[in-house]
Amino acid sequence: MFSSLVEGREQGRDPYLVQAPATHASAAAGAAASGVPATPAATEASATRATAPSAAQAPAAPTSPHGQPAPAAPSPQSAPGKGCPACPGRTSSSAATRHARLVIIGLVVFVVAAVVASLMLGRYPISPDEALGMLVSRLFPLDAFWTDQQATLFFNVRLPRILLGLMVGCSLAAAGAAFQGTFQNPLVSPDILGASQGAAFGAAIAILLGAAAFGVSASAFAFSIVAVLLVLLVGARAKGNHLMVVVLAGVMVSSLFSAGVSYTKLVADPANGELADITYWLMGSLTGAKTADVQMAAVPMAAGLAVLFALRWRINILTMGDDEAATMGVNARRTRIVVIAAATLVTASSVAVSGMIGWVGLVIPHLCRMLVGCDYRKLMPASMLMGAGFLLLVDDIARLATTSEIPIGILTAFVGAPFFLYLITRKKQQ
Amino acid sequence: MSIDVERVSFSYGSHVVLRDLTFHIPDNTLVNVLGPNGVGKSTLFRCILCLNGNWTGSIRVNGHDLRALSVRDRAREIAYIPQSHAPVYNYEVIDVVLMSAGGNIGLFGTPKRCHLDRAWEALERVGIAHLGHRPYTQISGGEQQLVLIARAIAQDARTIIMDEPTSALDYGNTVRVLSCVRQLAREGMSIVQSTHQPDQAFLYSDKTLVIADGRVLAFGDPKDVITKELVSAIYGVDVEVNSLYGDKVRVCVPIREIER
Repeated sequence: MFSSLVEGREQGRDPYLVQAPATHASAAAGAAASGVPATPAATEASATRATAPSAAQAPAAPTSPHGQPAPAAPSPQSAPGKGCPACPGRTSSSAATRHARLVIIGLVVFVVAAVVASLMLGRYPISPDEALGMLVSRLFPLDAFWTDQQATLFFNVRLPRILLGLMVGCSLAAAGAAFQGTFQNPLVSPDILGASQGAAFGAAIAILLGAAAFGVSASAFAFSIVAVLLVLLVGARAKGNHLMVVVLAGVMVSSLFSAGVSYTKLVADPANGELADITYWLMGSLTGAKTADVQMAAVPMAAGLAVLFALRWRINILTMGDDEAATMGVNARRTRIVVIAAATLVTASSVAVSGMIGWVGLVIPHLCRMLVGCDYRKLMPASMLMGAGFLLLVDDIARLATTSEIPIGILTAFVGAPFFLYLITRKKQQ
Repeated sequence: MSIDVERVSFSYGSHVVLRDLTFHIPDNTLVNVLGPNGVGKSTLFRCILCLNGNWTGSIRVNGHDLRALSVRDRAREIAYIPQSHAPVYNYEVIDVVLMSAGGNIGLFGTPKRCHLDRAWEALERVGIAHLGHRPYTQISGGEQQLVLIARAIAQDARTIIMDEPTSALDYGNTVRVLSCVRQLAREGMSIVQSTHQPDQAFLYSDKTLVIADGRVLAFGDPKDVITKELVSAIYGVDVEVNSLYGDKVRVCVPIREIER
């Protein structure tokens, strides 16, 4: 098969034939010793940080959302020897892959637990059986053992808000992961191309013009798309390092729209509440989420998320750079445009219905990368799940922590900024 | 397979890099490209791969004009191993090799069992299957080059272009990578690689292409091409070319150090 190569190696030692099992075992041991143990600890710490206040708030919730992946982590480390003896490295799935699978299952459990807990959390008590009964009654006829007031609250207030939290969190995290891959930069967030500032300007203009809630969302969505199109147009016309130009153009267009927002605040009338409305919108919140909001955002989000999920393996190739992608038969520019279009669609829909919620899109993909590795086939679903669960929990804190609601954008920054500082100061995983 | 370059010129703006290059690389050949830094070796490779567009002249790879082919079809003719390679994210070795399937899978597809099998076969062929599940950034530079070679094999192109594959490697890894390349060429692949070591050309090439000042200075059997005069001229240092083992191999040595 490879006579001369093997011949050359056999003089000293032959790592392929003789030492391979040892190498493989030490690889697993090395992985166990270096990065992996830090990961569950990190999750546990951050998850506890995120969930503890909500659990404290709600002693009524016995199934506190602790279905997190941490306990599942150590088990797959102990099975390195499972492979055919002829080619010791070649296993159907590596320890890392099995680990990632467990993490994703754990995240599903975590999201389900978070939803169940959130349905029952709130100032107006709804017991688990009532919540379940109301959900089931939508599908099968059931005798109501709950009050009408409870049903109204459940279906018109609590459920839409939970759905919106899940959708926005999922979208922001998926868009963040996608952008970090296509721009080959782990510090990129979903608003890198000006989507957030564009949306903010659109919303501010609509509020100035006295538009209703739907008008504000529609205007925010439209301006968000306009901002990103503007950036891509500049990028297409510019010469030189294409990626660099696009990111720079994103920064410039963002600052342009941000100046526009400042100006609308200047001319907004404080007396009739315009200024307060703009300021509150900018802080980002899921307050007042209605079924209409959910329906409006659901279509573009579902479309964008489906595309991002389908492209998850392609994003791996994009991270190797355009030249390498091209020589492997992948049209990097075209793929990147599809990724950007899908990610922009979900980001714009999120910002349009919830205002600016920072940090989720930056931090969640990072956290997932520590848990499941960099392969987007695992990273994309993990980010989607964790983003959804994370934003739901933070929103629970936002609506329950104090008597008057805290805008969720402030809370995500409170969680996100310290976590980010921890990320950049922690010992390098490699 | 074959690469035919006819009267190719290329310039970055007003800076002319390649002037009227013509050479013909036949099937199953291992070619070494020699030339000082900045002489246009990488640029030539980029032109052949169609990563640089606006060259004039004609380049045919396996009889095809690559500019007329889609990105996907180009990748079936020719594979590329870049000079410096520092991925931002850390993938498992097998996942790096698996990326070669990009040209065979639809936009929204993910690799199937058959692609995975082919990736493992490629790793086995270069003898590093035991590294399959290691993180790519944690293996040595020589092993990384072998992974990229495996990726090119899995891509199933019969021609590979390698830009200074051994420039960052220690002696042992250099020999390992080059003998792997030598073996692949014996098995029927055409490989073009650039190097800075004239000595390597004697052991690890069938033909040597020397480029200086954007032109082809010499092209042919390494023993005919790499002479004392030529090496002294292109690198600007006086060298002596001597033979060892009954002229089975030759070496270049700087004269100044011998005469001292």
